[in-house]
Amino acid sequence: MMNLTYDLHIHSCLSPCGDDDMTPANIVGMAALKGLDVIAVTDHNSCKNCPAVLHFAKEYGIVALPGMEVCTSEEVHAVCLFSDLEKAMEFDAFVYERLMAFPNNEEIFGKQQIYNKEDVLCGTVPNLLINSVDISFDRLWGLARSYGGVMFPAHIDKSANSLISNLGFVPPDSQFATAEVKDLKKLHELRKNNPYLEGCRIISNSDAHYLEDIHEPGLTIQAEEKSMEAVVRALLHH
Amino acid sequence: MTVKELIDSNLFEVINAGEELDREIKKPFCCDLLSIAMGRAEEGCAWVTVMGNINTLAVASLADAACVIMAEGTALDEAAVKKAADQEITVLKTELPIFEAALLIYQRLPHDELNL
Repeated sequence: MMNLTYDLHIHSCLSPCGDDDMTPANIVGMAALKGLDVIAVTDHNSCKNCPAVLHFAKEYGIVALPGMEVCTSEEVHAVCLFSDLEKAMEFDAFVYERLMAFPNNEEIFGKQQIYNKEDVLCGTVPNLLINSVDISFDRLWGLARSYGGVMFPAHIDKSANSLISNLGFVPPDSQFATAEVKDLKKLHELRKNNPYLEGCRIISNSDAHYLEDIHEPGLTIQAEEKSMEAVVRALLHH
Repeated sequence: MTVKELIDSNLFEVINAGEELDREIKKPFCCDLLSIAMGRAEEGCAWVTVMGNINTLAVASLADAACVIMAEGTALDEAAVKKAADQEITVLKTELPIFEAALLIYQRLPHDELNL
């Protein structure tokens, strides 16, 4: 087993709220500069910048997992990560079909930019990505698994768009084995109020929307090796 | 009732006083899912919600709500408070439940013009 420094929840310029400087090359470059072993770019309801992210990750010698932050029908945010780009893009197509078809207003929400492997803007997503998709939280674990991926609820300590704020509690029939907490100082109280979390691996990611917010290599995750597959396997179990 | 009159009523605490305080409030609107509010909140409404993040302000702006009222003692996060100031959106808050907050507004509107 080895300890990998990680940041598994980063937004690119594809998320309307992500800074324009968050291009795939810049994100990977910043992560490499900081010395992270493994990252994941997880835009709202979209994997469309993951091909470029994985391309640059290979160049920089770090591991990048393709993924997305799904906004469920209850507006609970949950991160799905995959060990295979092709599967991630199939999942992307599945989710986009179920996204509320509401056109983005760039002035109000921001741009939704797709970059290619030359780090050049090559397209935009027309429908607003921060909306909810017609997939319920309880369905998401099995769905991500069917694409060979893993799901964890995002920033469960946040007062908006989190599993605990939106549903009020952790559904007792949940299957996730990893949960993301923004502020680790709140973990003790979270566990006290939500015993389900006792059996969970707790991770903390930056949820960065700006380059400077990408995490320093302070936290680690134990995996069998430094690979996409091993990180997904680690997140599947406590 | 204008937004200024609502502020002056002291029913709610002011988080941010925006522009266009002389705008008429047409009706209260209650919803916590942004995706529903986005399509259904009407222009000029006073939107009462507990969902306090930056997208709440973006949706309020898109829907052209007259003001946003955070109910149940919920607060906007830091980024959202800054967005409210930048976009000059009036945001108020109250410890009251959503229904009671909306009812207070409803009771102050001229009812012959209401079309709920």
